[in-house]
Amino acid sequence: MAQVKNILIVGVGGQGTLLASKLMGKCFVDKGYDVKVSEVHGMSQRGGSVVTYVRYGEKVYSPVIEKGEADIIIAFEQLEAARWLEYLKPDGILIANTQRIDPMPVIMGAAKYPENILEKLEQKGVKVISVDALDLAVKAGNPKSTNVVLLGVTARFLGFERDMWIDIIRSTVPEKMLDINVNAFDLGYNA
Amino acid sequence: MNKALLLGNEAVARGLYEAGVTVVSSYPGTPSTEVTEAVTKYDEIYSEWAPNEKVAFEVASGACIAGARSFCAMKHVGLNVAADPLYTLSYIGVNGGMVCAVADDPGMHSSQNEQDSRHHAIAAKVPMLEPCDSSECLNFAKLGYDLSEQFDAPVLLRLSTRVSHSRSLVTLSDRVEKELKPYVKNPMKTVMMPAMARKAHVVVEQRTKDLTQWADTTAVELGVNSIEYNDKKIGIIAAGTSYTYAREAMGEKASYLKLGMVNPLPVNLIKEFAANVEKLYVIEELDDIIETHCLKIGVSVIGKERFSLLGEFSQDTVRKALEQDNPPFVSFDEDVPPRPPVMCAGCPHRGIYYALKKYNLYVSGDIGCYTLGAQAPLAMIDTCICMGASVSSLHGFNTARGTEQAKKSIAVIGDSTFIHSGITGLIDIAYNKGISTVIVLDNSITGMTGHQNNPANGFTIKGDPTTAVNLEALARAVGINRVSVVDPFDIDGVRAVAERELAAEEPSLIIARRPCALLKSVKHNPPLVVNKDKCVGCKACLQVGCPALYQTVNSDGKMRAEIDLNQCVGCEVCAKACKFGAITKGE
Ligand SMILES: Cc1ncc(C[n+]2csc(CCOP(=O)(O)OP(=O)(O)O)c2C)c(N)n1
Repeated sequence: MAQVKNILIVGVGGQGTLLASKLMGKCFVDKGYDVKVSEVHGMSQRGGSVVTYVRYGEKVYSPVIEKGEADIIIAFEQLEAARWLEYLKPDGILIANTQRIDPMPVIMGAAKYPENILEKLEQKGVKVISVDALDLAVKAGNPKSTNVVLLGVTARFLGFERDMWIDIIRSTVPEKMLDINVNAFDLGYNA
Repeated sequence: MNKALLLGNEAVARGLYEAGVTVVSSYPGTPSTEVTEAVTKYDEIYSEWAPNEKVAFEVASGACIAGARSFCAMKHVGLNVAADPLYTLSYIGVNGGMVCAVADDPGMHSSQNEQDSRHHAIAAKVPMLEPCDSSECLNFAKLGYDLSEQFDAPVLLRLSTRVSHSRSLVTLSDRVEKELKPYVKNPMKTVMMPAMARKAHVVVEQRTKDLTQWADTTAVELGVNSIEYNDKKIGIIAAGTSYTYAREAMGEKASYLKLGMVNPLPVNLIKEFAANVEKLYVIEELDDIIETHCLKIGVSVIGKERFSLLGEFSQDTVRKALEQDNPPFVSFDEDVPPRPPVMCAGCPHRGIYYALKKYNLYVSGDIGCYTLGAQAPLAMIDTCICMGASVSSLHGFNTARGTEQAKKSIAVIGDSTFIHSGITGLIDIAYNKGISTVIVLDNSITGMTGHQNNPANGFTIKGDPTTAVNLEALARAVGINRVSVVDPFDIDGVRAVAERELAAEEPSLIIARRPCALLKSVKHNPPLVVNKDKCVGCKACLQVGCPALYQTVNSDGKMRAEIDLNQCVGCEVCAKACKFGAITKGE
């Protein structure tokens, strides 16, 4: 089995980053890997910056990912993409939702939200895959499925077949949300 | 094989289930909370939320004396509250086994200090196990009961944020039911008066010696303490998270002594390992406990001269300290504004703070979601020490500075925190003729730790209806004659009551009652809208510090307020802050 792969999921508390990491964790276990998924609970509903570390491979020791170690960063929000950029391997992939959520210091006018973050990252040579996941989630039937859209985008780079992801979604999300989530996954997968 | 990907906390709960535990009592506290939440899924185990950690620990103590296997969980600072029963139960020992999980928070992800709970294990002279992943969480929880019963001691299980909140693979086994052990009255063992305690202390000191021997022998056979020899130029002694970081960073470039029991520490095992490696490091987050032990037994190690006493470690920390290369990375060149957690849109606490902001009060704060009111723009809180301290320390502050100051000072405390330890401070105020004004922010839930029911909200841990503490009657019963109830969104009402109660030269309790906006039972109003013609861009609404409000540039190039429709729940606090009537109900 291959070396340990590292996926960092970053966003704003309340954006549903935990469902994405939960689904990924299940997938990697099914595939026979050792897995560690580290979440930060407690303050996650309160709109702060949140990060989840997903690691899989033959044997995973540390629960966290450090600077320069992530193969993929999934950023649910642009500013968070910039905040966590240093964690990406120089040749890693940044999957970025184009959504912008102002933090309190910006709302108060005490700080400035940097302009054109994703373009600037691309200019630095970062491989950026940008998606308007919120828009696709609304198309799928519910803005809350943004997380599954982003999972769909990520799945393209993980090399496991689509149907396996659909099975995992089926076994995890409640029945009445199933269609929306499958739609959301496919919109991301085919975006 | 029956494998599952569990959070460390869920794995502890699974361990309790498999070990045949029947009684669990805990008080929530990040990162320990999910252990007890996960326990509620097992019908074989009685579980409850206690009013505080001392009560939880004592419930578990009583249950183990009764002959059951019992458990309690708390965060690191919770063990300070439960320290009193811990230190003496250590003398008494157990009948059925007892394990107490205590979760440290290196890096202070959600805590007010960074204390190292290993000190409590040493001071109380009880064994402490420290798992490094979910699998060990499950196995050490079970092992804890065997140790507890074999050595007649309560056992501490030390968790930490990264162990508690990481998912990794565990192997599941069946539950082994444990018969209730017979209870036989034995005052020499269970009544700690000086005569008995003097004898018990002798037993405790011998127990530590026996446990040390266990750490050197059986613990090695069981793989709880283990040595992995690779390259012997570098030897590393570590436990828990620090071990995972070290193993990740150094791989086979170092040899490891991994400790699963962190109190008492082995002696011969450490000496043997030290003799076999060239350079010996101790890698431990927080305090220098293993290092000090090594020095005491005459083994010289490199520890805190290379590794910090502060914060959380990682593989990066280890690589830096051991002069290894860290991977390259790319940086963003501009300042990235911080994104601190904030009170949610529609949070009832915001109403109280906004209403009282204009009085320039001294605000004696406490711990909970409402502590977030310390930050700009509300910036309302003067102090935050520990749970319950708002009430008692306000009395001290007012006593020191006199009546006029007392008329400009309040305490704010959440419902769960008030029950935890605010009520004793209120008794102090009434009894000692204080005149302080205390506000209980009663949002019907323990919010900060992720929505646990509590004795004041009328629901048990499993969500069943139960009796609820009547806060008004409780306050009157302890001698507070001035008790009022306000709706935190009624800004004028809050101000009228606060002015009246602050002026009164008597103690008062104000209950600000409105459920947390995130509770499923709470119906939200439609989002509010900003009338662009009426908004003059004065930013007064932004002073309420709501994440649903922001500024945009209008087509005429002027700054105007805007409301995020996905977040706003229509609480109208911002509308009350607008002098121009520009914020109104939407359609
Ligand atoms: C001794 C101790 N135990 C537990 C905690 C964890 N903790 C922080 S705030 C809080 C309770 C907050 O609930 P409440 O007072 O109802 O206020 P809310 O968050 O709902 O506003 C808890 C349990 C702590 N900080 N200290």
